[in-house]
Amino acid sequence: MQHTNKLSPFFENINFERDDNSMVVNFGPQHPSAHGQMRLILELEGEKVVKAVPDVGYLHRGMEKMGENMIYNEFLPTTDRMDYIAATANNYAFSAAVERLLGIEEKVPRRAKVIRTMLLELNRIISHLFWLATHALDVGAMSVFLYCFREREFAMDLMEDYCGSRLTHSAVRIGGVPLDLPAGWISDLSEYINKLEDNIDMYESLLTENRIWKMRLENVGMIDEEMALSWGCTGPTLRGAGVQYDIRKEEPYELYDELDFDIPVTDTGDSYGRYLLHLEEMRQSKRILTQLIQMYKHTDTQLMAHAPQYISAPKEQQMTQNYALMQHFVLVTQGMRPPVGEVYVPTESPKGELGFYINSKGEPYPYKLKVRAPSFYHTGLLQDVLVGVYLADVVTVVGNLNIVFGEIDR
Amino acid sequence: MMRRYTPKNDVQKKAYYNDRFWVAPQTPKGIVEEDEKFATDLERLKANFTVGDNYTELGFFVVNIDAKENFEVVKFCKEELGYRMLTEVSAIDYLADDGEFEVFYQMLNLKERKRIRIKCRVKEDQAIESVEPLFRSADWSEREMFDMYGVKINNHPYMKRILMPDDWQGYPLRKDYPLQGDEFAQWYEVDKIFGKEARDIIGPEIRDGAMIDRYDTERFARLGHEVPFGADISDGEPDTQIQYQEEGGVPLIGKMDPKKSKTIERR
Repeated sequence: MQHTNKLSPFFENINFERDDNSMVVNFGPQHPSAHGQMRLILELEGEKVVKAVPDVGYLHRGMEKMGENMIYNEFLPTTDRMDYIAATANNYAFSAAVERLLGIEEKVPRRAKVIRTMLLELNRIISHLFWLATHALDVGAMSVFLYCFREREFAMDLMEDYCGSRLTHSAVRIGGVPLDLPAGWISDLSEYINKLEDNIDMYESLLTENRIWKMRLENVGMIDEEMALSWGCTGPTLRGAGVQYDIRKEEPYELYDELDFDIPVTDTGDSYGRYLLHLEEMRQSKRILTQLIQMYKHTDTQLMAHAPQYISAPKEQQMTQNYALMQHFVLVTQGMRPPVGEVYVPTESPKGELGFYINSKGEPYPYKLKVRAPSFYHTGLLQDVLVGVYLADVVTVVGNLNIVFGEIDR
Repeated sequence: MMRRYTPKNDVQKKAYYNDRFWVAPQTPKGIVEEDEKFATDLERLKANFTVGDNYTELGFFVVNIDAKENFEVVKFCKEELGYRMLTEVSAIDYLADDGEFEVFYQMLNLKERKRIRIKCRVKEDQAIESVEPLFRSADWSEREMFDMYGVKINNHPYMKRILMPDDWQGYPLRKDYPLQGDEFAQWYEVDKIFGKEARDIIGPEIRDGAMIDRYDTERFARLGHEVPFGADISDGEPDTQIQYQEEGGVPLIGKMDPKKSKTIERR
């Protein structure tokens, strides 16, 4: 404990000066490869890491506390700021939890489901492109970074065309989506995903058989099945350890049970295997999007669930019907009052299992809101996975795990 | 009129209006014995431990256990029932109601695709056993639970605050902790940077991000009413004329001519 009236350096009793050959280095919190505000305290023996202590919390904003003091609809834009690379995944995870709590899951219109699934998959592509770009940059492949960011930019343009914002979308609402797809969006999307296939091939041609890339990634950051399960790893990290578990397939939500796609899995357990998984997942997202474009054409125009007790009526009704306007006023000022109970809905965000635990006491404010963020456990995993890794490979491992600090610290 | 009673041990935001005849509905709860997925799990748990209230709720098998048996129950679920992943550990603050926390463990059975929520009640000063020897993920989730609620954990390898600074006072997610932070929080940065002796000079930190002080000319500016920095405007301020310089054009910057500009159709 530090005395709070002293302005003296404070290193949690870490002895940086050692008498033996070991050395303690401080990695971050402002390191460009830390992917945010992470501090790693590394104990080195020569160039080998013998102990790693991740220190998080530099981006802690108290989201869960904020959630407990906001009505449900008010909290939704806040969820954007958790995993800010894949904001739609957060919006959806929260909406899905509230919808299951309200019991209106079945009432979400089909067109809304199609649009949501489209946005989720487009966001997965954005997130994976961002991951590949920054990961390649960490390892030293600058051109891949530029190419990936170019494609990501186009995907974000699509997002912008749909919801008006590029990073913090808030495009999914409790009970559906607020807007229909704008004219020409579908053709833009199909144009984009058709080009994406070639682009992924280009990244592969730059990296997959690249000698340096392979040397830097193969057998680095080994995560076996036991470690992955013990640490609660999910997403590509779990599938990279040989466990085939994708929530989209195993516990399907939205339209994933109707869609035809594969779950890539590898048992290499190293960074290279996870790199291949990410690329394959982008191809699968493309496949899903192609099917969704066809599905969209066979839906009718309703976008929000009809549940007057919880969801405001469409604008036309509010403008013409007195009761719809009154109900809207009550829902905006007081907030919806869900049933008493607890809910947790797991969803597959680009990084792994993302879910919101909500404990409702029938009030407009959740009694307890807990976010299960995949990156939180993937960062804790660093304690175990970094032991025995060379200092130069630390950035590879950190970058490869695809951690985003908005959702670790919340 | 009587002043409204606001309990100090629960400062969470409350609805400002409640219909006195409103009865909140409940989420549908199922009987575990009739559930084909979870019936055997409950049976085997009942055979080995004291099992309290149990039901299925929205896809979860919820079971209440004795807090003293938490380690054994989690171990049994992992090794015997096949729940090989501990996805979440957290607590719920019921201190205002009965001086207890509700600690819950959420576990996932990957093979049979089912999820269990194990709950137990602990008193405020009662410590529970760490499940870290069974699941490494509990290392961090229990640290977070301690950090946010102050739930005491026995035999944890590295019990230390995780999200808040080490010298933070109070537990932020408790219901008696205000959203904007308590009286310690407003001095934390000031003490840390300038020292306690500078409190009078610096003043407490404004922790309400939405606060706007109309008369504060040091932190706030209003368009059209620019006044000198730090000026006292509590008695009203002089009107400031805003002069736009665009009429004759600004040196070095040409006026935008719509005819010369180009709109890009596609990127």
